[in-house]
Amino acid sequence: MIDKDQYKVQQEPYYQPQQNEVALYEAAYRNRLPVMVKGPTGCGKSRFVEYMAWKLGKPLITVACNEDMTASDLVGRYLLEANGTRWLDGPLTSAARIGAICYLDEIVEARQDTTVVIHPLTDHRRTLPLDKKGELINAHPDFQLVISYNPGYQSLMKDLKQSTKQRFTAFDFDYPASELETTILAKETGLDGATAARLVKIGQTARNLKGHGLDEGISTRLLVYAATLIKDGVAPRDACRMALVRPITDDADIRETLDHAIDAVFA
Amino acid sequence: MDVTEAEYQHPLMAAYWKQLDTRFPQVEAVFEDCMAEALAVLTREGLDAYLEAARVIGKLGRGAEPMLAFMEEWPSVAKSVGEAALPPVMALIQRLQKSPNGRAIAPFLQTLAAVARRLQSQEQLQHYLDITLELKARTTGSIHGHHTTFPSPGLPDFLAQAPSLLVQLSVAGLRNWVEYGIRNYAKHPERQKDYFSLQSADARAVLQRERHGTLLADVERKLDLYLRGLWQDSDHLVPYSTAFDEIRKPVPYYDKLGMRLPDVYDDAGEISGLDRYRATLAHMVGHRRWSEAQVADNWSPFQRMAVEFFEDCRVETLLMREYPGLSRIFLALHPKPAEDACDPETTSCLRHRLAMLSRALLDPEHGYRDADLNDFVARFHAILEKGESSTREIAALALSYVARTRRPSDQLAKVHFDGTVVDYRDDNRQLWKFIEEGDEEEAFDQKRKIEPGEEFKGLPPRHYPEWDYHSQTYRPDWVSLYERLHPSGNAADIDRLLQKHDALAKRLKRLLDLLKPQDKVRVRYQEEGSELDLDVALRSLIDFKGGATPDPRINMSHKTSGRDIAVMLLLDLSESLNEKAAGSEQTILELSQEAVSLLAWSIEKLGDPFAIAGFHSNTRHDVRYLHIKGYSEHWNDEVKARLAAMEAGWSTRMGAAMRHAAHYLGKRPADKKLMLVLTDGQPADVDAQDARLLIEDARQAVKELDRDGIFAYCISLDPKADEYVSDIFGRQYTVVDNIQRLPEKLPELFMALTK
Repeated sequence: MIDKDQYKVQQEPYYQPQQNEVALYEAAYRNRLPVMVKGPTGCGKSRFVEYMAWKLGKPLITVACNEDMTASDLVGRYLLEANGTRWLDGPLTSAARIGAICYLDEIVEARQDTTVVIHPLTDHRRTLPLDKKGELINAHPDFQLVISYNPGYQSLMKDLKQSTKQRFTAFDFDYPASELETTILAKETGLDGATAARLVKIGQTARNLKGHGLDEGISTRLLVYAATLIKDGVAPRDACRMALVRPITDDADIRETLDHAIDAVFA
Repeated sequence: MDVTEAEYQHPLMAAYWKQLDTRFPQVEAVFEDCMAEALAVLTREGLDAYLEAARVIGKLGRGAEPMLAFMEEWPSVAKSVGEAALPPVMALIQRLQKSPNGRAIAPFLQTLAAVARRLQSQEQLQHYLDITLELKARTTGSIHGHHTTFPSPGLPDFLAQAPSLLVQLSVAGLRNWVEYGIRNYAKHPERQKDYFSLQSADARAVLQRERHGTLLADVERKLDLYLRGLWQDSDHLVPYSTAFDEIRKPVPYYDKLGMRLPDVYDDAGEISGLDRYRATLAHMVGHRRWSEAQVADNWSPFQRMAVEFFEDCRVETLLMREYPGLSRIFLALHPKPAEDACDPETTSCLRHRLAMLSRALLDPEHGYRDADLNDFVARFHAILEKGESSTREIAALALSYVARTRRPSDQLAKVHFDGTVVDYRDDNRQLWKFIEEGDEEEAFDQKRKIEPGEEFKGLPPRHYPEWDYHSQTYRPDWVSLYERLHPSGNAADIDRLLQKHDALAKRLKRLLDLLKPQDKVRVRYQEEGSELDLDVALRSLIDFKGGATPDPRINMSHKTSGRDIAVMLLLDLSESLNEKAAGSEQTILELSQEAVSLLAWSIEKLGDPFAIAGFHSNTRHDVRYLHIKGYSEHWNDEVKARLAAMEAGWSTRMGAAMRHAAHYLGKRPADKKLMLVLTDGQPADVDAQDARLLIEDARQAVKELDRDGIFAYCISLDPKADEYVSDIFGRQYTVVDNIQRLPEKLPELFMALTK
């Protein structure tokens, strides 16, 4: 039997609610509805799921999806052993057996034919057929499926099928409003409010440039990195260049504009 | 009047006059004034040299004008660059005198003082003299290379333009500009004159390119990002020219058509040109955000000026509140007038007072002592403490400032301007609305004239630059390219051609089937794969149980092998295509037609997006680009009809055609982009005497394509192509020696390239 406790979230993660999403999630969980969390990268999607798992006291199994992932990576596969073959459960199967929240992070990164295997778990059936093994798993009553994806890619290749989309309830996340984001930075890193507000201002500068050479603005996560560096004693300008500008772009014009914004904010 | 009889009271003056040894009455008229200036500026030896040089110039036999110019200009030249500059200047004059360019001496001397003021050092002046000499030497005409007979047509114009050129160009830039003119117009006196008198378009274009400072065109994207990123604003950035408008000095402004900025900003002290643009834009953004238009009719011009200064400071204060770092730039660009710079008894000091006030409003460490000023600064900050305030509120403050500090001398005509111009601020035209159009009693409604729109026949020309390998620069907008639809012929001709090559087509089809994308391919026998291949796994297991070594490659995986290639076929349709191919009854044109038909048929079968165009040229003013097949068109009768009507004529200006084709191909979303150029000879045109020129241009075009991710490949039918084609295309070419085999070669080549 799988050790359930290893998947439990041990400490309370810091999460700052933006609206009433916590209550809504709890309602979805009460009815075991599958949940989709949308939003740009680094806006707190994973943190939210982690927080909810902690709040509900359920184990959380996270799968980071990637292009090479196949259905067997989710469901499980036969392995060869000295005297025959042995079945190994995949993370999805494990979650369905032990009653965990299964979190498929960045699901569009996986190929579309892969994601179809989650369908029987997401409707009224709540089952997972293991055709290779010839077994039908009835999901544990505590089991819930959560997926996250970033609609910002806007690529024909990276989108969910309608049939997948329409099996989920959804949260639309965005970067928090500036006061809230300032609080988050201050709380997460212990940085003083004034400096945190300046970092948020730089972050917004970059978010305004989305679609004009930037695919994504500066995420809250990067702002937290910058705040952490400043807290550690790095000069604010250097910290911002290192954590905010250099990672997100190689475009010289944008880089120069953001550098200028940093100079303008940290006068 | 007998000039030699001129009497000078002062014996020294009489001696100087004697030394000058001249009889020109015009010189006598200015002699005393010139000497007064010369005595003040020149040393003893310098004065002697001055008089001697003037004497020599007077004896050149070119009338009084050169001597007059020298007498008047030299003292101020010597003041700027030193007396030691005289020998090289005289040497140049001697050279001009000995060549047919004697007439250029007067313009040279007339602008010398202005030039010297710009250059400020003898070394720099020497460079200028060298450039002049170079221009003289290379544009003075000769017949059969024996005698230098014709004067340089452009030299006098150049010398007349030199001061204004040097305002915008460094000496190095001037050299490049002159070099361009010499190279391109050495043999064309009229054009040369146009160029050196700054009349022609390319003279201005090259001037623009060589200017010092930050060009708006170069930083436009950065500024757009700046507006969007920092201010959530965006608009057209429209440059206005600062180069040709010395007197009016336009000021930045914005209206509903966009934000108008100067086309170039020099660095101002430590503030870079880019930051000056940013400051200007930030200021405009401030007005757009926080200012509202006020009715101007009831206020006097002075009151309006005060309101403008106060409102400018208000928006800047708000801007700096948003981005504190802006204050560094604003304060560095804002003039700091000295408190006692203006005398209120003799001069109108209003501007000076307002400029000081404006400085004080922005700069906490202004250090001005004036009581009224400090009082209003305090009131201004008190108002803004409470929030954003408003244009109306700040205007009230401005009006009370004017009332408090008014002086009778404000009405004086002599206005103190120095250090009162804040050049990053716009002209505030958006700050005012006028209830009455003008002062006239009645304003009649003006009828608007609507010009009937001209109908275009065909597309307007597109201009492309051309690479000049001598100077390693582009000639801006050098080539005019006209694109049109290729005329149509009989589509059945092409079908007949395809029929003729039926056997070949069948063979090609087999090859094509091999190339066709088969989307998903299973890769078996993998040690690591995405899935267990059960059959193989069981076989291995049996082997294992039976005691044999099992095959560990029991997994499989999938891969997709799709094709995503956009193709552009560019046909050289120059005159030489009409020749018969060696050892054949057909012309090269007919063979190309067959080859292109087969290729088009094959690519259509493959399903790759594909376009065909032809080109030929008749000088740089008329490059024709003929559209035969577009990406969205299928290989149908219309396209075949155009191909059937293919005709050859004129010359091969390859670079421009490639650039234009690339402009279409570059927009295709495909992964791989292939441009095939089918040609039978080297790039050449009737107006390019230098054979290397168009070859080098084509080579540059290939480099540009490469940079844009387009793979250019040349199929040359010229047996002598080896001499130049590798210069253009590197290793990306094939020479088809046996032209008769072209129809089968071309599709095969394409498939080999895209396999």
